[in-house]
Amino acid sequence: MPNQPDLQLWLILFFPLLGALINGTLGRRLPKTVISAIAIGTVALSFLWVVRSLSELGQLDKPHIERYFNSIASGDLKIGFDLSVDRLSSIMLLVVTGVGTLIHVYAVGYMDHEEGFWRFFSYLNLFMFFMLILVLAQNFLLLFVGWEGVGLCSYLLIGFYFLEKFAGDAAKKAFIVNRVGDFGFSLAMLLMVVQFGSLDMTTVFSTASKLPVETSGGVVTAVALLLVVGACGKSAQVPLYVWLPDAMAGPTPVSALIHAATMVTAGVYVVARSSEVFLKAPVAMEVVAVIGMITAVVAALIGTAQNDIKKVFAYSTVSQLGYMFVGLGVGAFSAGIFHVVTHAFFKALLFLGAGSVIHALHGEQDLSNMGGLRSKIPIMYWTLMTAAVAIAGVWPFAGFHSKDAILLAAHAHAPWMYWVGVVTAGLTAFYVFRAMFLCFFGEYRGKAHPHESPAIMYMPLVVLALLSVGGGYLPVMDWLAPLYPAHEHPHDMSLILISVGFAMAGIFAAYYIYVLNPGSADGYAKSLGGVYRAIAGKFYVDEAYDAAIVHPIEQGSRAVLLDGVEDVVVQGGVGATVGVTRWTGGMLRLLQSGNIRSYAVYALLGAVIFLGVMASSGGAR
Amino acid sequence: MADNLTLILFLPMLGGLILTLLPSSKPVLVKFWANLVLGCNALWTLTLLGRFDATHDLQFIQRLPWIPSLGAEFFLGVDGYSMLLFAMTSAVGFLASLASWNAIDTRLKEFYVSLLILQSCVAGVFLAVDALLFFVFFEASLIPMFFLIAIWGGEQRRMAAMKFIVYTVAGSMLLLVGLLLLYFEHWRQTGFFSFSLPALWATKPEGDLGLWIFWLMFAGLAVKVPMAPFHTWLPDAHTEAPTVGSVYLASIMLKMGTYGFLRLVLPGVPETVKQANVLWWMSVLALIAIVYGALVCLKQKDWKRLIAYSSVSHMGFCMLGMFSLNPAGISGSMLQQVNHGISTGLLFILVGLMYERRHTREISEYGGLFGPMPAFSFVFLIAAVSSMGLPPLNGFVGELRILTGAFEMSVPWALWAGLGVVLTVAYLLWCYQRVTLGETSAKNLGLADLSGREWAVVLPFLIAAIGIGVYPQPAFDMLERPVKQIMEKVRPNYYAQSN
Repeated sequence: MPNQPDLQLWLILFFPLLGALINGTLGRRLPKTVISAIAIGTVALSFLWVVRSLSELGQLDKPHIERYFNSIASGDLKIGFDLSVDRLSSIMLLVVTGVGTLIHVYAVGYMDHEEGFWRFFSYLNLFMFFMLILVLAQNFLLLFVGWEGVGLCSYLLIGFYFLEKFAGDAAKKAFIVNRVGDFGFSLAMLLMVVQFGSLDMTTVFSTASKLPVETSGGVVTAVALLLVVGACGKSAQVPLYVWLPDAMAGPTPVSALIHAATMVTAGVYVVARSSEVFLKAPVAMEVVAVIGMITAVVAALIGTAQNDIKKVFAYSTVSQLGYMFVGLGVGAFSAGIFHVVTHAFFKALLFLGAGSVIHALHGEQDLSNMGGLRSKIPIMYWTLMTAAVAIAGVWPFAGFHSKDAILLAAHAHAPWMYWVGVVTAGLTAFYVFRAMFLCFFGEYRGKAHPHESPAIMYMPLVVLALLSVGGGYLPVMDWLAPLYPAHEHPHDMSLILISVGFAMAGIFAAYYIYVLNPGSADGYAKSLGGVYRAIAGKFYVDEAYDAAIVHPIEQGSRAVLLDGVEDVVVQGGVGATVGVTRWTGGMLRLLQSGNIRSYAVYALLGAVIFLGVMASSGGAR
Repeated sequence: MADNLTLILFLPMLGGLILTLLPSSKPVLVKFWANLVLGCNALWTLTLLGRFDATHDLQFIQRLPWIPSLGAEFFLGVDGYSMLLFAMTSAVGFLASLASWNAIDTRLKEFYVSLLILQSCVAGVFLAVDALLFFVFFEASLIPMFFLIAIWGGEQRRMAAMKFIVYTVAGSMLLLVGLLLLYFEHWRQTGFFSFSLPALWATKPEGDLGLWIFWLMFAGLAVKVPMAPFHTWLPDAHTEAPTVGSVYLASIMLKMGTYGFLRLVLPGVPETVKQANVLWWMSVLALIAIVYGALVCLKQKDWKRLIAYSSVSHMGFCMLGMFSLNPAGISGSMLQQVNHGISTGLLFILVGLMYERRHTREISEYGGLFGPMPAFSFVFLIAAVSSMGLPPLNGFVGELRILTGAFEMSVPWALWAGLGVVLTVAYLLWCYQRVTLGETSAKNLGLADLSGREWAVVLPFLIAAIGIGVYPQPAFDMLERPVKQIMEKVRPNYYAQSN
């Protein structure tokens, strides 16, 4: 495209990569201030380059594409290192680099006392590099490179505390579960190559948009469903969500950046990006909506019974991602992305706030050992409370706007989805405020001496708090509107009031149980009996997977393959070989009598047999 | 001179001859000389790679009469595929030798003489354009390898060496019979004898004869690849061999099997290869190898054995791609052979470095290496990631092409291969976690991280892994013509149909 300005988009990627390389190779010998400056500086530069590029590009009525070199070209299929910015990716770019910069700043304070400071920031910058590839990719293959790259960085960062076994286990689990989803994504790519002859997004989407809508299923539906499999892995949806709660084993800034604000929204991004494909596959859209709905409810229920503050927020992330999927599935792509943006603000804030609380309590994460912290760490209290109100969906905070956009679209699509969504919103308000009240109200139940965090940690929180308050007024949906078919639905005030009502009820229920009647929670839990046990046991999904998949594979490979087949085949096979060899040797010795005449007979016999074989096989006609 | 394949082929052997004249009382001189020869050989090969012209077929040709009465010639040359394998062979061979600088302390001179001879033999396999010459090198390489395992191997070395030689020689005999059948069929059709590959490719035997040739060659080559269930010599040989032997076995000698399939079988009996039942058997065996190899890896206690078994799984991918009989699958298979040489070579070298430090291969003996050895752990991770086929490393592009090919052939096959992809991640991460993460036990606390020499060994691997992963285009350019050549034999109408 000759008329477009050359914006050197690759620099957006290059800065974090450079930071990762410098800190990764020289970091061990550098002082912490230099490491921090490199880590924050490169991400901030990347953010500035995004801002500069976007201001150059203006309205972005057409995507801006820059092509660098061919990576895999064979025959008609040309796949290159191509980057592009359109209205959708511009939003993701701002969120990733903007929130990313804030979290890098925070992490400098949070990780100050940790071993492997340099390693941490090297990984974190590397993550930014791959995440930006994912966002900027103009073809699915490059997107997949970023997709797998962020997975690898996620693995490295979940397992950052490598001395702890649970961290290593959690990291491995995340990687393997994601790999299942990734395979779906690979298949989607293969099918695209077969069906559209290209992986270039412009080509794929323009081809797809010309096809008829597949009402009952077909190839486009298959592509879409396979993409959904990939998205379910990365964005932690049922049935592949199980890795995300465990991923909280990583340092808290990682939970905020990767497992709340950016990487886990990649699945949502891919679906929104591929809207042209999904619009032709209503079946796949319905699947997305239903998966999102189930995930939202299941995760919210589990969230009500968690005692680890990070786990509460982790299940909350799963649940909120479910909402985003509902938005996508009912066709409100821009609402789904809007929720990605506001969620990035308030969930990053929740995690960073939780990190500060944990930091203040010297590593304590159990809500039952907190309480009464309101007066001890007031800045944390106010910033976290902002985030809690925002996620609960109280007007005029950020979460209200995006969540209601999704719920209204869901109502227009199928009223039952709206009602389930509203109940889930109530649950969301309940579990978040439960955590807030257990943490900040009542008597302090722990032993540590809480202290306020340094400025480098609370300044990012203040910025995110402001965004959580006002982020709902960002014109995200208007900006995205030209990309998607118009989604007209009446602005029904009563529906909005009902959802806010449910949220308020959730907050009040939490207040009633955990502030007005502290200690009453156990009674309610007991009266719920088996239901409560199932919720607290996370519906035993992990156990079921272990029993149904992990255990049989592990036991099977040991008992059947290793001790059985392999032993029999290897040892038995060798025994047989040796036996046959000995026997043959013995027979051959008999042949080697030294008698020339018998040799001549053998030679003749051999020739006859050989010719016979040739003749019988038709070779010597 | 610079392009003379005969010279470069026999350079290591010549170095070995000179080495026999050096005094064994000076071990450093012996080591230095052998590594110098291998190093020069590797550099020379890489310059050849630089001068290779991807727009032409066979290059740097050397053609001399050898046994005229049999129609056997001393016929050397490389196309894109053999050039890549040859370059990988020389480079990986040298690096493996450099990695083993301190690994051998008995019969040093004999060790390096064997190694240098081995290098010439394996190079000959990839350079020969004459089937008999190919077979001679194919067989000759077994001898130095037998000694490497039997003399400098681990505790079970004799058993492993015997198993290796009996199995592979038995296989080779069947391969020879198959080859001779093809050779005679060529004679029957044309009236003159020739072992040159282009001549044999023109034969195209059909019917039962084709099947006979196919299954005989298959039996010989399947042992080499190895395809399940003919893999049973591999775990012992790979595990018991010294590091350099394991690297030669896994990175280079397994490729002799797949190379044989792509040079003798696919273009040799194209009419047979495309029969549905043959394809079915090949794909099923490849998938069994992929999944079975990965499952067995999941429960290995021996670090080196785990990597040995991983080769079974990875070579299954190469076979699957090859027998999908389309350009994507075949080019993926070819590239993945190079990639496997890089990633598995590096993995074996890393195990070897740890074995030198701790003298054990038990995974449970390690753990928490990240503390004392962060650089080693990081390199190990990259090697594992390269092996599991994750972008942007080399394994990904090959695997993707293979899956594309398999997908084009049959969707269920591709799905089964996907199971292997997931299991590969599982066993490699499991191994990585057990070795490098967790608490560092007292035995591992004082371990020294990578030395300068060890860095010099691993860096070229990392550069190659990242280089091929990020920019595989030059490799695919080189493979385009060889792939097309095979496609024109097995499915002459393929290109016409797809357009």
